[in-house]
This record gives sequence, structure tokens and C-alpha cells, in this order.
Amino acid sequence: MSDAQPMRTPLRQVRGLGSARSGTSHFWYQRLTSVAGVPLTIGLLLIITALLGRSHAAVVQILGSPIVAIVMLLFIINTAYHMWIGMQEIILDYVHEAKWKFLALMANTFFVFGVSLASIYAILKLSFGV
Amino acid sequence: MVMSIVHRITGAALYFGMLLLAWWLIAAATGPNAYANVEWFMGSLIGQLILFGYTWALLHHMLGGIRHLIWDTIHGFEPAEREMFTLATLIGSIALTLILWVVGYLVMGGPR
Repeated sequence: MSDAQPMRTPLRQVRGLGSARSGTSHFWYQRLTSVAGVPLTIGLLLIITALLGRSHAAVVQILGSPIVAIVMLLFIINTAYHMWIGMQEIILDYVHEAKWKFLALMANTFFVFGVSLASIYAILKLSFGV
Repeated sequence: MVMSIVHRITGAALYFGMLLLAWWLIAAATGPNAYANVEWFMGSLIGQLILFGYTWALLHHMLGGIRHLIWDTIHGFEPAEREMFTLATLIGSIALTLILWVVGYLVMGGPR
């Protein structure tokens, strides 16, 4: 075994990683949430249009009714995942210094969780009136 | 080229715009006074401009996203097809935005 090739290859440095350390699963989930996003976005626009100019009491009643609340919840959850992946992609493309990259990725997660959970809480409160 | 960065810019704008949706929902869940504040802001000139831009960004991002999904099936890469997609996304998003706002104002009476 003179002239032996090293047994280690660079493969181990990239397997399952990528710049976000999460492999290629995000690519697929971004497509999945895109497809789901089309009907859910149309649903959201219809709901908002139907609520234009209505009184607070009417808006509360409609937003809290089952079909509307379910569409809103699906939209918010689907969008949360989609926007989280999308912003991560933007951060990874433009922020290269490790410290800032991970701070930005953390901020992305905090923002998405905060905004989405607040929206979900509001829908549930309108639905169950607690 | 340009359409690619516009897709990204509209995505980033929609990202922060989710704050508006959250504000609206939380205000509705809070009570009539909080909801009146949202209605006042959304009905103001600045609010209307933001909402109009937001409507267009959402529709443009949606149509541009459909374009990307078609490309994922390895179709639509011919020059003529790409031109057609670009026009369809632009004209489609502007037309749909105008239709929605005309319906919003004429049929639903707009924000009050």
C-alpha cells in the first residue's frame, strides 16, 4: 500500500449539512408550503375582502366561526414555516460572518415564532371566547 | 434576473407585513377600542398605501411562486416561455390587485 490514498474524503464535511446545518429538507418543505400557500392565500384574501367595513362585533363573529378560523390557522401555520425557511435562505446568501449569521438566524426564529403564535392565539381567543 | 430579486424582495416585505396581520387579529381579539385603532390606521392614506402595496406583493409573490413550481417540473425554460411567465406574473399581479381593490371599495364599501 505505498502511495495510499487517504481513507477520509471531504464527503463527511458536507453530508447532511449545508450552510444552515440542516441538509436539503428545507428545499422540499419550501415547495410543499408554496403549493399549500396558493389556495390558503386566496382564502385569506377572500376572508379579508368579506370583512371590509364590518363592525367589530361582526368581524369577531366571522373570524371565530369554524371554517374561517381553520383557514386562518392553516394560513398562519403554513406561512410561518414558509417565511422562516425563506428568510433563512436570504440570511445565508447575504450574511457570511459566523457571528452575525447565527444571530440573524436566531432573530428569524424568534420573529416567526412570536408573530405566528400571537396570531394563532388571537384566532383561538376569537373562536373560543375565553 | 430582475424577477428573481423581486420575488425575494416581495417575500421579505411580506415577512415583515405579517406583523400587520398579527396586529389586526390581536386587536380584534382585544376589543372594539383596539380594533378601532387598527381601522383608523388601515383607513389612513399611509395605511391604504401600505395595504395596496402589500396586496400587490402578496399576489406577485404567489404568481412568481407558481412560476417557480412550474420550473421545478423542468418545464418552461424556453426563452419565449420565460418571457410569457414574466409578463403573466407582472400583468396578472397588477390586474388582480386592481380587481380586488375595486371589489373591496365598490362592493364591500372599503374600510371604515
